[in-house]
Amino acid sequence: MTKQHANWSPYDNNGGSCVAIAGADYCVIAADTRMSTGYNILTRDYSKISQLADKSVMASSGFQADVKALQKVLSARHLIYQHQHNKQMSCPAMAQLLSNTLYYKRFFPYYAFNVLGGLDSEGKGCVFTYDAVGSYERVGYSSQGSGSTLIMPFLDNQLKSPSPLLLPAKDAVTPLSEAEAVDLVKTVFASATERDIYTGDKVEIVILNASGIRREYMDLRKD
Amino acid sequence: MFRNQYDTDVTTWSPAGRLFQVEYAMEAVKQGSAAIGLRSKTHVVLACVNKANSELSSHQKKIFKVDNHIGVAIAGLTADGRVLSRYMRSECINYNYTYESPLPIGRLVVQLADKAQVCTQRSWKRPYGVGLLVAGLDESGAHLYYNCPSGNYFEYQAFAIGSRSQAAKTYLERRFDNFMGSSREDLIKDALIATRESLQGEKLRSSVCTIAVVGVGEPFHILDQETVQQLIDTFEIVKEEEPPAEEAQPASEQDAPTDQTSGADQGAAAGDQGGSPMEI
Repeated sequence: MTKQHANWSPYDNNGGSCVAIAGADYCVIAADTRMSTGYNILTRDYSKISQLADKSVMASSGFQADVKALQKVLSARHLIYQHQHNKQMSCPAMAQLLSNTLYYKRFFPYYAFNVLGGLDSEGKGCVFTYDAVGSYERVGYSSQGSGSTLIMPFLDNQLKSPSPLLLPAKDAVTPLSEAEAVDLVKTVFASATERDIYTGDKVEIVILNASGIRREYMDLRKD
Repeated sequence: MFRNQYDTDVTTWSPAGRLFQVEYAMEAVKQGSAAIGLRSKTHVVLACVNKANSELSSHQKKIFKVDNHIGVAIAGLTADGRVLSRYMRSECINYNYTYESPLPIGRLVVQLADKAQVCTQRSWKRPYGVGLLVAGLDESGAHLYYNCPSGNYFEYQAFAIGSRSQAAKTYLERRFDNFMGSSREDLIKDALIATRESLQGEKLRSSVCTIAVVGVGEPFHILDQETVQQLIDTFEIVKEEEPPAEEAQPASEQDAPTDQTSGADQGAAAGDQGGSPMEI
């Protein structure tokens, strides 16, 4: 007698891709705005990006209901932190909080694939990449979501430092200028949109630097 | 109030129908340094007197931000006040999480009052020894509430609690009719003058008082020392005579050369058009 399998799943995958790139004094976080289920599009205009603190921005793909819940939990925790410490959370601190929050639901995970980008306490760009249960690492660039298999090799080609023996932290920050990084992100999404059916419509690009936060949008193919 | 045989437990009534422990808790509020609140249609201002125990220590934090639209000033056992502020912050965060909208201040003060009431009806607890002036905004405008250890709460146009608050209350009673229509600046000025009344003779400087404001379009925040000192100077609030070389002030103080008592100051209040209160 074969094991009975569930005829209902608590999860759904709403698709989409996220990317983040860290620079010397900036960080670029981007995600497409398409929300889908199965072969259908739910909306072409949904933001997967959330600003958790002054200098921390998170982009998450996966199951958007879980993503929304995760964003709310982190928001509330950040408020508590501010009340207790009288200041905003730093990006590395938020990174640890996100990891702990994800692992807290180790046995009923948030179906969320996150990249956290921001500026560290020295003002340098930082990117943290996660799996669904909170395993994380500081890197110079990362992508998550349905298009990540297409995007990541391309980012490696463009951004990865030649020596594979260097610790990630060493090539953590790309020598690209902010404008070049934004351009790279646009290129990357345009390419991913061609072959990944779940990525398209528009890309929302958030740029964090010393002067604050900026948002840009670029149209993508809608098919 | 004197010691009697009915004041040991909070769960013991006196024959006259009083709970002495609760009343003693309210006495504790009177021992704390003064806290003052006043409100207009669109703004609420909280002010408090900051007295450090000694020159070596820093002063107690008496005003807490609870949420963007709510703040609280306390008088009495500041430790109890801190704990209650944490509770209020937590309630606001949880409400916001569930309903994605700010907790109406009217609900918060009821929850706070109920929490205080519990401590008046458990033999293993004691009442909170702190009075709270809760200032906040909701859809119907600006509000100021007073929560006391007994579990009662009242809404006020203006109020003062703590030691020497009666002087501030007297000033506020004279002026409160105008508050509803007051501008933000006038409200702050009245708060500063009321605070000065509570200081009773001591010079009003930004180092002895804290001011916080919340209003429509203005999240709750505590004004920084420089701003407060500038406001004190702008309003040319005259202090009672102090030797001018007493302390070195970073901001310039414009001391009126004449020696005016606070009584004469009150007399000029009726003719106040936002100018110097000292004009006679």
